Amino acid sequence: MSAVIEHDHHEDHHHGPDKGLMRWVLTTNHKDIGTLYLWFSFIMFLTGGVFALVIRAELFQPGLQIVEPEFFIQMTTMHGLIMVFGAVMPAFVGLANWLVPMMVGAPDMALPRMNNFSFWILPFAFSMLLATFFMEGGAPNFGWTFYAPLSTEYAPPTVTFFIFGVHLMGASSIMGSINIIVTILNMRAPGLKLMQMPLFVWTWLITAYLLLAVMPVLAGVVTMMLMDIHFATAFFDAGGGGDPVLFQHVFWFFGHPEVYIMILPAFGIVSAIIPTFARKRLFGYASMVYATSAIAFLSFIVWAHHMFTAGIPITGELYFMYATMLIAIPTGVKVFNWVATMWKGSMTFETPMLFSVAFVILFTIGGLSGLMLAIVPADFQYHDTYFVVAHFHYVLVPGAVFSIMAAVYYWLPKWTGNMYNEALGKTHFWLSFVGVNITFFPQHFTGLAGMPRRIPDYALQFADYNMISSCGAFLFGFSQILFLFIILQTIQDDKKATNQVWESAHGLEWTLPSPAPYHSFSTPPKNLQEAHG
Amino acid sequence: MMKLMQLKWLISFALITISSAAFAGWDDINLREGVTQISREVYDLHMLIFIICCLIGVVVFGVMIISMLMHRKSLGHEPADFQDNHQLEILWTVIPIFILVAMAIPATTTLNAMYDAGDAEIDIEVRGYQWKWQYTYIDDDPNPATQVKFMSNLLTPPDEIYNRAAKREHYLLDVDNPLVIPTDTRIRFLITAEDVIHAWWVPDFAVKKDAVPGFIHESWAIAEEPGIYRGQCAELCGKDHGFMPVVVHAVERPEYDAWLADQKQAAQQAWNETGKTWTMDELMTTGEEVYLRACAACHQVNGQGLPPAFPSLVGQGIAVGDIDAHIDIILNGKPGTAMQAFASQLSPSEIAAVTTYERNAWGNNLGDSVQPKDINSMLTGQ
Ligand code: HEC
Ligand SMILES: [Cu+2]
Repeated sequence: MSAVIEHDHHEDHHHGPDKGLMRWVLTTNHKDIGTLYLWFSFIMFLTGGVFALVIRAELFQPGLQIVEPEFFIQMTTMHGLIMVFGAVMPAFVGLANWLVPMMVGAPDMALPRMNNFSFWILPFAFSMLLATFFMEGGAPNFGWTFYAPLSTEYAPPTVTFFIFGVHLMGASSIMGSINIIVTILNMRAPGLKLMQMPLFVWTWLITAYLLLAVMPVLAGVVTMMLMDIHFATAFFDAGGGGDPVLFQHVFWFFGHPEVYIMILPAFGIVSAIIPTFARKRLFGYASMVYATSAIAFLSFIVWAHHMFTAGIPITGELYFMYATMLIAIPTGVKVFNWVATMWKGSMTFETPMLFSVAFVILFTIGGLSGLMLAIVPADFQYHDTYFVVAHFHYVLVPGAVFSIMAAVYYWLPKWTGNMYNEALGKTHFWLSFVGVNITFFPQHFTGLAGMPRRIPDYALQFADYNMISSCGAFLFGFSQILFLFIILQTIQDDKKATNQVWESAHGLEWTLPSPAPYHSFSTPPKNLQEAHG
Repeated sequence: MMKLMQLKWLISFALITISSAAFAGWDDINLREGVTQISREVYDLHMLIFIICCLIGVVVFGVMIISMLMHRKSLGHEPADFQDNHQLEILWTVIPIFILVAMAIPATTTLNAMYDAGDAEIDIEVRGYQWKWQYTYIDDDPNPATQVKFMSNLLTPPDEIYNRAAKREHYLLDVDNPLVIPTDTRIRFLITAEDVIHAWWVPDFAVKKDAVPGFIHESWAIAEEPGIYRGQCAELCGKDHGFMPVVVHAVERPEYDAWLADQKQAAQQAWNETGKTWTMDELMTTGEEVYLRACAACHQVNGQGLPPAFPSLVGQGIAVGDIDAHIDIILNGKPGTAMQAFASQLSPSEIAAVTTYERNAWGNNLGDSVQPKDINSMLTGQ
């Protein structure tokens, strides 16, 4: 081990980090870029969070108190866009940057310059998107799903900036995923077979293919919008022979795989953490890989379950219902695998484990409400109500976001070389856990009782639950300041972490020193037994 | 410490469940059973899948919680080493398949019933506008003079919305002209939209269909009990998406017939009034009423609008310019903007009145006016 460190030291003058700001602008190092992605994502998470709190503050009571309806829908739109494209996706790319080379025994990502470029596009894309708040007509106000013609004929003029922004984000994602695929396929340590890779690497490999497949579709649909708006085409205008519902088909052909893009890497993270803290191997490694692939495949053939009320003929409804229900099977396999991994383990509950266990429970709740939403006749009642809002926040917040937090606590000691403060981490977990549930659990019921989503004001019978929900949202939101504090404290502290960090963590990254050296594996690791638990 | 954590865990779950039950009766927080055969079937289906999901939850979380309580390092539990048990894996793949089939069968039956395209006795066109609904009773032999067709606008006044007045019952769920239908009669709804996509939703009928501009979607219901059924637009349609409720008034057949006859008579009367010459006062009074109902949402009560989205009509632009251009924009709207064509939404008298009103209100004292019969001849092209 010490040989590795010395070796690195020796080469510091070519390979060590530059000093100052230019280090970050010019960096081609996977760890630096991972760090950039993660901080960027955190800033976006707070920004989107502030928008969410504006929404929840307005919904605290019936009546209009704080914002006008027009601004309210700008808030819902931007909250969705920022959280999906600015917070969750970049966070996972950041984690992939940090972890994939270390996990497959590579020195860096395969395409380091492109890596730099795909990150640095993002601040520009999002600055442009956010700048629309200060332009005439205001920010996008058509929901994160931007259905035409609300987003074309009836959109504010800033929609063009939105389209350009989406193109940039798409380009960034495509470059990021090419990089990840090439790294995984070409840069694995000699002898490391695909079926030996950690699940996080597997899930990211599959996610990257999903991204490659669907980001061009997103680019296509926004380009069609652009043409309709500026060049007199009529893709989505029935008056010109087009069809507004075509927009939804194309959008959801992107959008459904997109939701799996936001959850598959989370599966990988949880599959790494639970075995560590259960001190027991993952129950079914191969079946996890197959289940992930099955979910990815199914994600392409279920898109119209977002459109059950859009006038689809009965054969179409039945097909999309059955296909959607099928997803429950591989998803069930995953959940059962995690439970079986915990069973008869020797568990401890450090912060990453707490977040992971909460992930399994709350993601499952989101999955079960998803199964309910798949049942077409019932979906006619649920569609576009708070029941849907509760469903997708359960899979995205205590789902994707909790998994990211779990990952940060789990690997932070490896990244910084220091241990975080466990008591504070647990406090952060409990505040978040309670906050999330108070926020979103009641929304199932406001939805069933009939409250539509995306409305700034509501009928009186929904008042109690909205008030509870708003309280939870503020609790959850403000707990994230503690998260920031814990991370900063860890970076500064010198409570040194060991190389192994966790008693029974498996994987090549734990064979590296803490903090991990600037270049992960300058010489390929020999002991591949360690690659996955 | 460990004990404390388990306790917290249990308490937070318990709190949420109890608060759910305590704050409102179960009926207020569950799906409505509704008043049609279909809506009850949907309710039963909902309860079935809800209970199945709860049971799955209890089993999965039960096993997890037992494991978390028993298999802890702090209790000295040694990790077992088992992996890839094929029997178990087959079991947990096959059991879900059976559960899914059990859900899919009743779902398919109900869906079939919903899509049954039988003949309806009454056809009603439902048309979504930003931000109101229009209902047209489609006659077998259409006569423009007696056509029953009206807009259904939110009744809740801004004072209640902006907390300047106490909110009454049915806050945001009340309209000036509800849709009236007879009970025990199969009604077909032909759903479409004028501008953006809306969705027409009556929870008590389990009817929710997107209203898509340029397309007509069909749905149907047979209301079995008289009553007032309230719903809302269920597809984001712009700033006042939250302010376009759906209200359906189901009445016994004789009452419906009487109501329809009244409506036809009123339509005939309005048709006749188009022919007479209106005084300035009559135009201004009706004009103000129409303006507040149909225009103020965008151009505001004081005519100042909300620039740049909605222009001011005071002392500038078309409203104080050439009267033909003014009438034209009201009749035909301006494509690609929120300014809609009002020709199909308002009667000729209303259009004449509101035009006159805009030209003479808020200090726009132009003094000119337009008569309903002139509007009518423009519309009929004479
Ligand atoms: C949904 C919002 C909305 C409603 C309701 C609405 N308008 Fe407009 N109106 C607009 C917009 C937007 C414009 C600007 C169109 C443009 O870009 O030229 C406009 C323009 C106008 C103009 C021309 C103003 C000018 O000087 O250019 C007149 C006159 C007008 N509306 C009258 C009416 C009348 C009368 C009603 C009610 C019957 C009404 N509007 C209802 C949104 C609305
Ligand atoms: Cu609407």
